[in-house]
Amino acid sequence: MLEALGLRKSYGMRAAVADVALTVRSGEVLGLLGPNGAGKSTTIGILSGLTTADAGTVRVNGVTLAGDPDDFKRRIGLVPQDLALFEDLTALANIELFGALYDMPKARLRERAVHVLDIVGLADRARDKPSTFSGGMKRRLNIACALVHDPDVLLLDEPTAGVDPQSRNAIFDNLEALKGQGKALVYTTHYMEEAERLADRIVIIDHGHVVASGTLTELYAALPAAQTLQVDVEGDIEIGVLASIPGVKRAQKSGERVTLAIDDLTRDGCGVLQALAAAGCKVRHISSDRGNLEDVFLALTGRQLRD
Amino acid sequence: MNAFIALVRKDLVLYFSNRRALLMSIAAPILIAAFFGSLFGNSDSKPAHINVAVTDLDRSELSGRVVAALRGEATFDVTEVGEADTSAQVKAGKVAAAITVPAGFGKLAGSAMFGGTKPELVVHYDPSQAMALQVVRGLMAQHVMQTVSQSLMSASSPLLSDLRDRTLQSTSLPDQRRLELTQMFDSIAKVQSTSMPASAAPKAAAFTLPYVTREEPASARPETKYNSYSHSFAGMGVQFVLLMGVDLGVGLLLMRRMGLWKRLRAAPLSRGKLLGSRIASCALIALVVFAIVYAAAMAAFGVRIDGSVPGFIAVLVAFALLTGSFGLLIAAIGRTPEATRGLAILATLLMVMLGGAWVPSFIFPEWLQKLSLFVPTRWAVDGLDAMTWRGLPFHDALLPVAVMLGFAAVFTSLAIWRFDWDE
Repeated sequence: MLEALGLRKSYGMRAAVADVALTVRSGEVLGLLGPNGAGKSTTIGILSGLTTADAGTVRVNGVTLAGDPDDFKRRIGLVPQDLALFEDLTALANIELFGALYDMPKARLRERAVHVLDIVGLADRARDKPSTFSGGMKRRLNIACALVHDPDVLLLDEPTAGVDPQSRNAIFDNLEALKGQGKALVYTTHYMEEAERLADRIVIIDHGHVVASGTLTELYAALPAAQTLQVDVEGDIEIGVLASIPGVKRAQKSGERVTLAIDDLTRDGCGVLQALAAAGCKVRHISSDRGNLEDVFLALTGRQLRD
Repeated sequence: MNAFIALVRKDLVLYFSNRRALLMSIAAPILIAAFFGSLFGNSDSKPAHINVAVTDLDRSELSGRVVAALRGEATFDVTEVGEADTSAQVKAGKVAAAITVPAGFGKLAGSAMFGGTKPELVVHYDPSQAMALQVVRGLMAQHVMQTVSQSLMSASSPLLSDLRDRTLQSTSLPDQRRLELTQMFDSIAKVQSTSMPASAAPKAAAFTLPYVTREEPASARPETKYNSYSHSFAGMGVQFVLLMGVDLGVGLLLMRRMGLWKRLRAAPLSRGKLLGSRIASCALIALVVFAIVYAAAMAAFGVRIDGSVPGFIAVLVAFALLTGSFGLLIAAIGRTPEATRGLAILATLLMVMLGGAWVPSFIFPEWLQKLSLFVPTRWAVDGLDAMTWRGLPFHDALLPVAVMLGFAAVFTSLAIWRFDWDE
C-alpha cells in the first residue's frame, strides 16, 4: 500500500531524517515510535508531501509523489498533530470543506461527511462548532476531516496528544475499525502503550534513524530478557549471588529492592526465591512485568523513550 | 474549481461571522468618515468664527471706526480687552489673535498712505492656529484700508485738510508738483461736499477692492455641490479595507501556526489555487465592505457617484485586488502573527496618511505630494474622488486603476517569491 525508501531530510547540518525506510500494507497499523524530536513528524511530512525530502521515494499503490502529486495526495489522509479545525465552522462544515479540497462531487461529499461523523461518533454534534467540543471530540473531528475523501492511507501524527483516557480509547476504537475496513495506518507516538495496543508492526526511530522495526514479538526478542522480577527483601544478599543464579540475565539492587531480568518466570523465579531463602532474606513483596517497548528503546539506545 | 470556491467561501463565512472584524471594517470607517466629513465641512456651510481680541490704545475717532469695522466682520467674533489682557488672551487659547491699535494711529494712518510714518498694529497670534493668522491679517488689512481711506476722502476730514496744509508748507516739493497735489485735495473736498452732503450721506467714498469675485466649484458637473463626506468616506474606506487586508494576511500566519495551513497543503491543491483563493476572498470581502460603507455614505451623508459608475466600480475592484495582494505579501514576509500585525498596521497607516486618506494630499508640501504618487493609496483615494464628487468620466479612472493593478502585481510577485512553502 505505502512504501517509503531511503528518505533523507536535513536542516542545515542537522539530519532530521536519515535513510528511513518503511512499508505499511492494507489493513495494517504501523507504529512510528520515538522520543520528541526523533524525526517522526518530519517523516510524516515527507510521506504526506508537505516536506520535500532531500532523497528517497514514497509510493502509494504504485503512485509516487514526484510522478503525480495530486493523485498521490488523494490517496493520503493526514491527521496532523495540531488540531487543524476551523473553530467558527460547524463540525459538518469543517468536514465538507476538507472534502471539497479534493474536488468531491457535492452529493457524495455530503454523504461521506455524514458517514465519517458517524464513524468518529460525532453524528449528533454535526451542527455544533468545534469551539464547544472537548479535546477528545476535537481530535476525533480532526480524524474525520482526514477520512472524508476516503483515502487508502491514513497518516496520524500523535493523534491523541492532550486527550483524556476515555477519549483516547474512543479514538483507538475508531482506528481499529478503520483498520478493519482495510485502511493502512501510520501512527506516530511517543507513548509506547499506544504503539503496543494498536500497531501490528513498529518502527522505532531516534535522531532521524530507524533503530529497530518489526512486530512486537520480534522487538521483544531483541531484549536481553523477556521478564522483569522485582523483589523487596528484608536482609542482606550479595548482588553477585543473584546474578549467578541460572536464568538471571541481569541483577540490580537499589535499597531493599532487587530487580532481576529473566526469561522464564516459572523456571527462573523459583531459583531466585530459593537463593534468597538460603541467604536468610525475607521477601516482603514480589512483582513481575514483561519487557516493553520502553525496555526495547533503552536496550537499543541506552536512553529512556521519554528523555 | 470546487476547491477554489470552497476556500473562498470558507474565508467569506469566517470573516462575516466574526462580529468584531465586521465592526472594525464597516462601522468604524462610517463613524470616522462622518466625523472627518463634518469637520472639513461643505463649501456652502457656515464658516466657524475666529475669536479675536482688540485693544484700542488710540481711542481716536478713526481707531474707533476701525474697531467697529472689525466688529462688523462676520468671520470675527471680536472682544475688546485692556492692554494688559491682550497677549494673555491669546496665550490662554481664548482667542486666535489679538490686535493692538497703537496710540497715535488716528493721526499717522492717513498720512502713512502717502508715504508718512506708518503706525504699527501689533498682532499677537496663537501659533497653533497659523491658518487663522492669515485670515486675520487679510481681513484686518481690508477693513483698516477701507476705514482710513473713507476718513481721508471725507469732505470734513481733518486728515484731508491737514495733508493739504502740509503740502502747501512743504519746501521740498517742486512748485508744479505742489500745485497739482493741492488741486487734487481741493477736487476731492469739492466732490465729497457736492455729491454727498454730510446730512444726506452717512458715508464718504473710500478705497475698496477693485474687483468682485464670482466663485464656482470646478467639478465636472457644476450643478452638483461638493460633498466633503465623499472624500472622507473614500479615505476611511481605503484605510479600513487595507486594515482588513492586514487581518487576512495575519490570519494566514495564524493558520500556519495552528497547523491549518499544513492541512490545506496536504490536499491536492496547486500553489496558485491556495494563494489565488486567498487574494480572491480578500478582494471579495473588500468589495462587500466598500459596498456597505458607500451605501451608508449615500443614504445618510448624501455622497453621490457624480462621475462614471463603471469607473467607480473599476477603481473599487482594482483596490480590492490590491488589498488582497497586500494581505498576501504580509503573510509571505511576516514571521510571527503578533510582530507582523504591529508592523503591518504601521505600514498601512503610513500608506493611508501619505495617500491623502486623512487629509487631502494638496495640503502636503510639494515634495510630499510628489512622493505620495508612489503610494498606492493615493491612487485609490484620487480615483474614488474622481468618480464621486469630481464627477469625472470613465477614462479618468483608467490611470488609477492601472497603477493599482500594477502595485497588486508587484505585491503578488513579491509574495510568491518570498512565500515559504516548506513545512
